Amino acid sequence: MGEREAEGAVRTLVVRVPDWPVVAAGVALAEPAAVFHANRVVATSPGARAEGVVAHQRRREAQARCPSLVVLAHEPSRDARAFEPVAAALDEITPRVEVLEPGLVAFPTRGPSRFFGGDDALAERTRAVVAEVLATAAPEGASPPPVQVGVADGTFAARLAAETADRSCVVPPGSSAAFLAPWPVAALDRPALVDVLQRLGLGTLGALAALAGPDVLARFGTEGHDAWRLAHGLDRRPPALADPPADLTVSVELDPPADTVAPAAFLARGLAEELHQRLWARGSACTRVVIGAETEHGEHLERMWRAEGALTPAAIADRLRWQLDGWLQGSARHRPTAGISRLWLAPDEVVPAGGRQLGFWGSDAAVADRASRAVARVQGLLGTGSVAVPEWRGSRDPATQIALVEAEAVDLTVDRPGAGKDRVTSPWPGRLPTPAPARVHAEPVPAEVVDAAGRPVGVSGRGELSAPPARLSVAGGPWQEVVAWAGPWPVEERWWDRARARRQARLQVVPAAGPARLVVLEAGRWHITATYD
Amino acid sequence: MFDHEVMRSGAEDLAGLAERVRPVTLTREQRLPVLPALDVVVPGGGLRRGSTVAVTGADGVGGATSLALALVAAASQAGSWVAAVGLPSLGLVAAEELGVALEHLVLVAAPERGAWGGVAAALVDGFDCLVVPAGRAVRPGDARRLVARARERGAVLVQLGGGWPERADVELAITRSRWEGIEAGHGHLRARKVRVEGGGRGEAARPRRIDLWLPAAGGAVEVARPARPVTPVPAPAATPDGPPPTPSHTAGRRRDRPLRAVS
Repeated sequence: MGEREAEGAVRTLVVRVPDWPVVAAGVALAEPAAVFHANRVVATSPGARAEGVVAHQRRREAQARCPSLVVLAHEPSRDARAFEPVAAALDEITPRVEVLEPGLVAFPTRGPSRFFGGDDALAERTRAVVAEVLATAAPEGASPPPVQVGVADGTFAARLAAETADRSCVVPPGSSAAFLAPWPVAALDRPALVDVLQRLGLGTLGALAALAGPDVLARFGTEGHDAWRLAHGLDRRPPALADPPADLTVSVELDPPADTVAPAAFLARGLAEELHQRLWARGSACTRVVIGAETEHGEHLERMWRAEGALTPAAIADRLRWQLDGWLQGSARHRPTAGISRLWLAPDEVVPAGGRQLGFWGSDAAVADRASRAVARVQGLLGTGSVAVPEWRGSRDPATQIALVEAEAVDLTVDRPGAGKDRVTSPWPGRLPTPAPARVHAEPVPAEVVDAAGRPVGVSGRGELSAPPARLSVAGGPWQEVVAWAGPWPVEERWWDRARARRQARLQVVPAAGPARLVVLEAGRWHITATYD
Repeated sequence: MFDHEVMRSGAEDLAGLAERVRPVTLTREQRLPVLPALDVVVPGGGLRRGSTVAVTGADGVGGATSLALALVAAASQAGSWVAAVGLPSLGLVAAEELGVALEHLVLVAAPERGAWGGVAAALVDGFDCLVVPAGRAVRPGDARRLVARARERGAVLVQLGGGWPERADVELAITRSRWEGIEAGHGHLRARKVRVEGGGRGEAARPRRIDLWLPAAGGAVEVARPARPVTPVPAPAATPDGPPPTPSHTAGRRRDRPLRAVS
């Protein structure tokens, strides 16, 4: 055992409950269901996959493939809350349970494997414990979700072993590299690196592992070297990590003790920020953090969370909040008997911080983050649908050329190609000439257009005006003399669809006083649809 | 090789460099950039953080919306986020043509009259620029709080239309506007020449006046007479000019005339 650890891989067991976000929502896996975040699929049930719903799909596309799809909102705290009983049940096997993400836990097998009589026995035992918890939590009549257990050298290999496992899969010690060799490099989950590797013809982890380590480091840097280590069945970085000094632990007293999530979660952000600052001052970041709580009755609760990369303050705060959700809103059996009086965060594994130089005026991402938080607060005040962002659409009408998309349907913190004009590639004949009107009325304003003799101006079937417009009245207001006008530009849209067909004639009109207008004749009536303000 | 000419120009370069690396401004004087064409109407060549800008059109003169959009265009391109609150009829294609980066623009529905305070407080925390409608949509108390909050958080408040309880730091009024390219039955709206008169408080108190193409042909903003961009006026202009002569619309003569402007 010690020999292998010197090589750099800790023998690890991974428990995986597939499609956890769907399971956590309480939906039976046979039903077609999908979890959406920012209008994209993030998780699916097997039932939905059978209908052709896959990750990253747009919601409309997913619903088109499967009309009976159950649409679930992405709610990380619900996932974590539902998972807490599973993690708690594993505490009876080992105290070193690490939650990688809700639905995925890992622990080193060294102690428990000896105690339970080997990796196979441990895997079977673990599977039984988790399956029992899930069976009690499953809705009436529904079959409990499957549980997969994988044991291998290193978390990465154990995770892949769990994914292939029907029930449990134990990769013998020292043969993780052989187990990993046939896997495609896409398993590394590093899209940019994977893309390069694939284009170089390195399609499998075995091909990557066959290269010389120093060469990989020279060509692809530390990220590539990490991938190379993983492909060898080693841990991402040599686990030569000293225990972090105790003074890095941050804690906060809650007075009065909190028995609901809200007041405790309120402190989460500050606590996470403080931990991050302390680590930062030493030039480190943490990849594994212990979240602890103490109740009025002296109960001690602890849970370890681990991430692939360094945890950001926001990620730590999220995990702290999820964990509190799990403790305080879980089933009565696991809930503490009194309110939480103290919370602490202890970094369990620290690494040198890679760091990132922010822009001189703060990074774009930070600015976008700030804006998106403000948007969330406004949505809380005014209700959903109150905030919208523009997205380009092809159209010949200034009102529909840019559509407004509700802000909750998009992720403001990432690049949005929809907001770029190059989204619209094909020309739209019949578009109004530039410049566009600065005001486009949501509700067209009724208007009257008459000629010099006071007769209403009409447009013939051939697109000719009955007479030059001489005066204009807006919404029953006073008559204004028309000093210049252009048009009419007829528009005939969707003539093939009787319900949505439109025939219009558009006219730009400049009155003697006031801004220029875009007036539209439709079904015998004039309307002002836009104003050149 | 080291003749005096080169050395002198080197010294000048050095002076220029020193000028460029000099600490620019205090934090409270940080400015958001504006389009080059608007340099002269905005004091200091940028929107001072925490300031309010009122954009109005004189009676019957259009162009205020375009000017408000143009004011925030450069800042949005530079990465500042812009929120337009209670302006459902904003022409977004025009905004893009004037230079607003749509990926940094967010439209917020008009809050109830009583809810303005909370919404505004949330928005000034996350956005560098707020475009808000005329004062009558907002209660005077909320309006004062909004201005104070924007000043405290360093957000620029662009008031589209007057009627706010306090005078804005920078006041821009469009006193004349004239469309070009359109005639009775000919051409189309192509470009608009506007006269912008500026006033305000503090550093903006000195009256300013400039003629702009807002928009110029193609939709952007340009200075109308680059040779003589600023005309300092001795006294604030009291009245907008009277309506220019209206062209006659005799059908027979129309074709002979060159394209001419109308008001």
